[in-house]
Amino acid sequence: MTCWNCGAAEPARFCVSCKALQPPVPEYFAFFELAPQLALDEKDLQQRFYGLSRKLHPDLFSRKSPAENEHALEATAVLNDAYRTLRDPIARALYVLKLEGLDVGEQSTKDVPPELLEEVFELNMALEEARMGDADALAQLPGFRVRFEAMRAETDLAVAQVSTAWDATHAKQALTDLRGHLNRRKYITNLIDKTNVPDRV
Amino acid sequence: MFQIEFDNQPDLVVGIDLGTTNSLVAWMNLTQPEVIPGEDGDKLVPSIVSLTEAGELIVGNAARQELIDHPERSIYSVKRLMGRGIEDVRDELKLFPFRIAEGSENVIRVALGDQTFTPPEISAFILRQLKKNAETALDARVTKAVITVPAYFNDAQRQATRDAGRLAGLEVLRLVNEPTAAALAYGLDKRKEGVVAVYDLGGGTFDVSILKLQEGIFEVLATNGDTHLGGDDIDNRLMQIAIEDIQAEWGEGIAHSGEAIQTLRQDVIRVKEALSFAPSVNLEFAWHGKKYQRTITRELFDGLIQDIVDRTLGPCRDCMKDAGVTPEQIDEVVLVGGSTRIPLVRSAVEVLFRARPHTELNPDEVVALGAAVQAGILAGTVENQLLLDVTPLSLGIEMYGGVASKIIHRNSTIPASAGETFTTGVDRQTNVLIHVVQGERELAKDCRSLARFDLKGIDPMPAGFARIEVRFLIDANGILSVTARDARTGKEQTVEVKPSYGLTDEQVEAMIEASIDNAEADYKAAQLSGIRIEADGIMAATEKAMRNKAWLTLTDEERAEVTAAMNRLKVVYCINDHHLIHAQVDILNQATHKLAENMMNTAVQGALQGTKVE
Repeated sequence: MTCWNCGAAEPARFCVSCKALQPPVPEYFAFFELAPQLALDEKDLQQRFYGLSRKLHPDLFSRKSPAENEHALEATAVLNDAYRTLRDPIARALYVLKLEGLDVGEQSTKDVPPELLEEVFELNMALEEARMGDADALAQLPGFRVRFEAMRAETDLAVAQVSTAWDATHAKQALTDLRGHLNRRKYITNLIDKTNVPDRV
Repeated sequence: MFQIEFDNQPDLVVGIDLGTTNSLVAWMNLTQPEVIPGEDGDKLVPSIVSLTEAGELIVGNAARQELIDHPERSIYSVKRLMGRGIEDVRDELKLFPFRIAEGSENVIRVALGDQTFTPPEISAFILRQLKKNAETALDARVTKAVITVPAYFNDAQRQATRDAGRLAGLEVLRLVNEPTAAALAYGLDKRKEGVVAVYDLGGGTFDVSILKLQEGIFEVLATNGDTHLGGDDIDNRLMQIAIEDIQAEWGEGIAHSGEAIQTLRQDVIRVKEALSFAPSVNLEFAWHGKKYQRTITRELFDGLIQDIVDRTLGPCRDCMKDAGVTPEQIDEVVLVGGSTRIPLVRSAVEVLFRARPHTELNPDEVVALGAAVQAGILAGTVENQLLLDVTPLSLGIEMYGGVASKIIHRNSTIPASAGETFTTGVDRQTNVLIHVVQGERELAKDCRSLARFDLKGIDPMPAGFARIEVRFLIDANGILSVTARDARTGKEQTVEVKPSYGLTDEQVEAMIEASIDNAEADYKAAQLSGIRIEADGIMAATEKAMRNKAWLTLTDEERAEVTAAMNRLKVVYCINDHHLIHAQVDILNQATHKLAENMMNTAVQGALQGTKVE
């Protein structure tokens, strides 16, 4: 890599030689100068985010050349996208899975986790009845919601545990477990959303 | 390269609040933002544009009387039409006497007398007046501005505002959200920390934003609002009862007379304003020798507007939810917009946020003051303050089945980006059409259509083989741009944009050209004088550099190149073509790049040698 502006070799975020802002590193952890990790100090991340914003934001480049301005826009877009992803534990976990080549499949929402089968069946019944105007069924929905939210909280706990495990060992099994928990979580979240439907209709 | 010398001079950048009812221009006077009054001494320039019988365009207070005498040649509240399609404004047309001209399918055209204008052109007249006010007061040329927009403005409305700036001969350095600007104005001198809610009830729009202030960073956590709710709606409630009364008392209506409606509107505005300070006010309206009179108590008024005030509370609650804060966590509330003087509004805000609202700054001026602060940030005169704003609406693309797939969620900090990979559905398909929408609804048809992008020039391949990576980027102004590349070849793809509403770039360019042809020769003159000043600067700097010893470090060819570029610039200098001079300035700039660098190195070496401690 050479600096786009002066051609100097191996430029950092800012070229060592001409101080011009360089194109952003696309990998989110590297952008924050962090190693990939699942458990993250969010306060520290925020400080890094503010610090980098103070260096990279397009507001600070409006008097620079159009080319450098463009780089500031690109860099800040990556910064914001990275911060949005890494500060949220779930989005961060999904991102780590992607980095490690273990993408969460699209089909995951359709395959019902077996232990949820009965609950899902009951929820669908209640939803159907609520749609037909059954007041009792409608009254059941908040109850479903509470149960599913409890399940999601449980899953979040499991995600946190397996996260710590992966950070310590980088064991492949931890990531596979993580993917399982995330799929289950996504499924539960969809169920929670479903319990809202009658309100909206 | 010698342009560095100009860069070090702080630019004069003004901040403009382009409001539905009133517009203001402000600047940073050393360390304090200050509103610049017009020639008549008034800081508020009513957003009224009138075309006189003589064909002269007048703006502001001067146009106020014209609006009453010749409503058919005047327009107000044009902001309500910015970036909107004809379908969007049908309801408004019942209450606002906009005269929509023929051929308004894509871009609305409004008639002023026998001429027609688009909303950005009319806004440009207002901006030009503000620019002139600033230039007169500051005795300097103003070519750069920060313009505020409602936080809840969508992409088309933002683009229309930026177009208006360009049409007025202003380089719009940034569009800033109005509530965020207000927070900047409040936070400038007091190093505030904490969570702030900004409640902004303007003439035609309502916005609420929640920000976190920390060490000079103003981070917007969430924003919400309604682009269809404002002080005008409050006026309309008073208008309605008066029109009904008059119909009953006089036996004839006045709704058919634009002149009568305008007079009545000004009467009810006076009543509304007085009611903020008095428990009851007399509404008086005289028309063709007849008189109508009614006492409006605050109680009656509150009853009339209760539902309007209530409509602002939903967005406030949603905003707190999105920001992840409870009312208890809100440290301060800032009120913006003239309508927040209404006691009912104040008490509703106080109850909701459980905090006493700030009113130290004039709610009519606070947005313009904040725009001036942002202008100072961009010009480099205000340091250590940084605004991190969000996009108010989710960005989505239409998928098979009409579902809008969200790719950038609302309340994402901007600039923000998202990438999506598209492929072909049919063998040998060479283009892919992408429909981009903005909004929160599930189906694309219920969201706001932004644009259709045609990805062209895809190599013919079996269906599903093409991989077109499309990158959506929302910039710091909240405006979307799209780029695409073929993932297999790495080739950049052409993205042809068809904005669903608003003007294309070509149309804006054509309008700028047309405005030069018409009475706006001064715009061209300003551009010319600007580029000549730049040319003078670079020529002087180059001549000076030729006498520097660094000149000898260049090769013969490099020296010849500089001399030739210099001579060509001298030749085109006197030609009245801004582009030509600009191009030549750029060439000379390129040619002197190395020279400037060498000079800098020699200077640095000299400085180092001079201070070496050994």
